[in-house]
Amino acid sequence: MIQMPEINQDKCNLCGLCIEICRCGAIILVGNIVSFIEIEECHWCTLCEAICPTGALTCSFEIIIEER
Amino acid sequence: MAIDSNSLTVLSYFSGLSVAELEVIKQSFFEKTIQRGEMIFLEEEPADILFFLISGIVKLFKTSAQGKEQIISLARPYEVLNDISIFDNGPNPMSAQAMSTVTLYGIKKGRLEVILRQHPQVSSRIIQVLATRTRQLISLVEDLSFKHVIGRVAKILLEHTGDGAGPGQRLTQQEMAAMAGTAREVVARSLKAMEERGLIRLERHRIVISDKNALQEMINQEV
Repeated sequence: MIQMPEINQDKCNLCGLCIEICRCGAIILVGNIVSFIEIEECHWCTLCEAICPTGALTCSFEIIIEER
Repeated sequence: MAIDSNSLTVLSYFSGLSVAELEVIKQSFFEKTIQRGEMIFLEEEPADILFFLISGIVKLFKTSAQGKEQIISLARPYEVLNDISIFDNGPNPMSAQAMSTVTLYGIKKGRLEVILRQHPQVSSRIIQVLATRTRQLISLVEDLSFKHVIGRVAKILLEHTGDGAGPGQRLTQQEMAAMAGTAREVVARSLKAMEERGLIRLERHRIVISDKNALQEMINQEV
């Protein structure tokens, strides 16, 4: 399973800006729902989170300390 | 394509104008479509046309002498793109690139000046828009010069690391910004700076702290 950004459908206003800005085609509209498809090409650029006007889209990071 | 006066009403410069006034003003505008990836204008070039974004997304950015790109903002529909250079007669302070297929409304500087003389209330709206932006920039200057944001972001990272036994807590850049009391863009810049110094690695959906001690030193120095 490929980790993908998350979307809160309650906050999404279907403006479509995330779909427009996504370079890898990971965000699609299915009916009236913005959805992610799991693809390796998503490099977590976080532009979808940055452009979302309602804060519906989140690209969270897990923070870990490298074992030496 | 004909200019849509409904779109003009949404532009902050022209809110409050009557339908009749907008019908006259729209005659001065033209529409332009730009494809994803194309440049709309370049930093340091003179500007003669004021552009409003009607649909799509535009990246406004500066490029350093070393060719490093710094995103200033991502413009959303109905934002004005280049008012600074139009009103101070200087060159564009930043470049603009279409991040999707983009529709712009443009107006030549000379035509805009006629509108400003005929409709002084538009000037008042523009002053308000520029004052709001100045307030935002003052806040950004405060962040960059006084708050030592990078130290705060470093502290947030160390306070939210997983223990290795299970998945650590997950944070978005927006959440880190809220914790550090700054803008998301400043967090993004801080993370990049830490990566360039070899303190962390940004790996897809993980931030890997590669030099915990150096990060701690950064906190001690800056917080």
